[in-house]
Amino acid sequence: MADELSIRNLHVQVEGKEILKGLDLIVRHGEVHAIMGPNGSGKSTLANTLAGHPKYVVTDGEILYKGESVLAWKPDERARRGIFLAFQYPMAIPGVTVANFLRTALNARRKAVGSNGAAKAVSIPEFRKLMLQRMEMLKLDPTFAARYLNDGFSGGEKKRVEILQMAVLNPEMAILDETDSGLDIDALRIVSEGVNALRGPQLGVLLITHYQRILNYIKPDFVHVLVNGKFAISGGPELALQLEEKGYDWLKEISPEEMGTGK
Amino acid sequence: MAEFDKSSFDIGASGSLYKEKYGFYDPEKYVFKAKKGLNREIVEEISWMKNEPEWMRKFRMRALEIFFKKPLPQWGGNLNDIDFDDIYYFLRATDKAERSWEEVPKDIKNTFDRLGIPEAEKKFLAGVGAQYESEVVYHNIQESLRKQGVIFLSMDQGLAEHPDLVKKYFGTIIPAADNKFAALNSAVWSGGSFIYVPPGIHVDMPLQAYFRINAKNMGQFERTLIIADEGSYVHYVEGCTAPIYTSDSLHSAVVEIIVQKGARVRYTTIQNWSTNVYNLVTKRALAQEDATMEWVDCNLGSKLTMKYPSIYMMGKGAHGEILSVAFAGKGQHQDAGGKVVHGAPYTTSTVSSKSISKDGGRTSYRGLLKVYPGAEGVKSNVRCDALLLDEASRSDTYPYIEVDEDNVTIGHEASVSKIGEEQLFYLMSRGLTEAEASTMIVSGFIEPIVKELPMEFAVEMNRLIQLQMEGSVG
Repeated sequence: MADELSIRNLHVQVEGKEILKGLDLIVRHGEVHAIMGPNGSGKSTLANTLAGHPKYVVTDGEILYKGESVLAWKPDERARRGIFLAFQYPMAIPGVTVANFLRTALNARRKAVGSNGAAKAVSIPEFRKLMLQRMEMLKLDPTFAARYLNDGFSGGEKKRVEILQMAVLNPEMAILDETDSGLDIDALRIVSEGVNALRGPQLGVLLITHYQRILNYIKPDFVHVLVNGKFAISGGPELALQLEEKGYDWLKEISPEEMGTGK
Repeated sequence: MAEFDKSSFDIGASGSLYKEKYGFYDPEKYVFKAKKGLNREIVEEISWMKNEPEWMRKFRMRALEIFFKKPLPQWGGNLNDIDFDDIYYFLRATDKAERSWEEVPKDIKNTFDRLGIPEAEKKFLAGVGAQYESEVVYHNIQESLRKQGVIFLSMDQGLAEHPDLVKKYFGTIIPAADNKFAALNSAVWSGGSFIYVPPGIHVDMPLQAYFRINAKNMGQFERTLIIADEGSYVHYVEGCTAPIYTSDSLHSAVVEIIVQKGARVRYTTIQNWSTNVYNLVTKRALAQEDATMEWVDCNLGSKLTMKYPSIYMMGKGAHGEILSVAFAGKGQHQDAGGKVVHGAPYTTSTVSSKSISKDGGRTSYRGLLKVYPGAEGVKSNVRCDALLLDEASRSDTYPYIEVDEDNVTIGHEASVSKIGEEQLFYLMSRGLTEAEASTMIVSGFIEPIVKELPMEFAVEMNRLIQLQMEGSVG
């Protein structure tokens, strides 16, 4: 059973309209893949589909995680199995504190892990220690613990709290959906350092972004460019720099024969 | 003998969960059980058995006439199915209210043990009253408070031991003629609490009363009178449960509160009746100069609740607050809200209502904000938020605003929302099941009010919400 996320010939519809038109991609634990592409190319559709949003309908193809199809799994099952999505637009949950939410989520994840190995509900002091340590890493004031989740947070605060969730939940496959958008340069650096601190052989990352900027901080192993629901080209980190220079338009001219198919 | 009808498993999605925790029942071994139905003889009998003064007997008889004369309200919820002849108006389970749990009959003590009342008393309450059917079976208050002159008795004992104080205030805030159910209560009242807090005394821990209906077709009509003398403070908490029967029970209480100059009273209700109980309650407080009255009113159970705790701010600078939560599941209708009446200048009030409807349940917010001429400088803010959990559920808002003074600041906001797919997806993407995610959203929705409860009750409240939510999803 390979520690990898495997996407095969993935076709996805949203409200009857086909957005993804046959994607192939393999992300192994320990690797960082950047998915770039112009607006409307299907980047967020890919992120939401992987996390199991009910609005995104897989019409053909397969998504395998560690060799098992995830398609029948609800979002919570995927999460408990180690797949994590950092949202482009995190939802506010008024009345629910960041700490309470994180602890509930961590316990849900631990329970799932515990069914294979041995883990039990996190104790409150243990949780507090973990949370405060992760908050410090992301330069989040400890008072955030008592604030209502994303309620009245600035765009940058929301993104940092997404990475805080990732840091606490310790996923094995993280999808970061435009985590860089709306961040100023300082926030971008803090968030990137947070992600880098979590990188390791047990974590696969799918980094979705419109801009090359974040890739200066989080060095990808592979870069794929999504255009109109298909990967137009794939390559190493240098591809991102090329895009920075030339933009996306030249890719729309490439003939199908020249297109990469993931990797 | 009360028997349990198996078909009552169908009542409400969480019926079986409620049954396990609260819906159990004891065999009836009563000292006295009046015949079903309501007439002059029954009322005479109640008064005679309680050995009441003549004025109270007359008060009851007058109230009974008013009850017979007044038509059934045709607004709010559907009251037409109540069969007033099929109700027991007076059930005496024991001879007297004990001050020690050891003296309470075993079956009844077991019931309150299962409900956790003696345990809570030891941990965080200043006093407890426990009512079973018509009468209070246990009543006690900390010795230190008793020595400071704080009175916390059953209403019956209050009348017997402090007749002058009771006569001075009883029925003055809510006269028998106020409404049909206030008249009914005034005629057949039994049990409830009588509280007097002397000037300047602060009762730091809450006093709690717990009301339990056990018998089938029971009518419970407790009567509570609270007098907080100048500069005093008291927090009174009431809870209630009943077994689930297929036939209906009636709970119709009257609560009168007098908050004297500079005093503060907080009255918290966690209403968790089984879904066969009609809960028709009149609650009103009078707030004098610089006094503060706070109603924290949580309605989770019952078939139909009609209850609008009111605050009459009649002294300059008085402040009123009504915080309410209503949860209506399958077959339930919560018609709740509150009234703030500004009868004096510079009085202020806040009303905050949160309602949740699921599985076809119905919630209504019904509120009155009234400012009398001359009550200048009044400030009032009313906010009601409704959360619908599915398409079958319903929520309505009936805000009445009558302002007869120009120099006032009034705010009113209302919102209705549904649990959004995106919110659910967000929480589920972190590993919470759909049921856990919905419960978390609901708990968050009422958090601004739950956080006003003492910690132990907040925990209880969250647990009850969880119970209501369980079985609803998936």
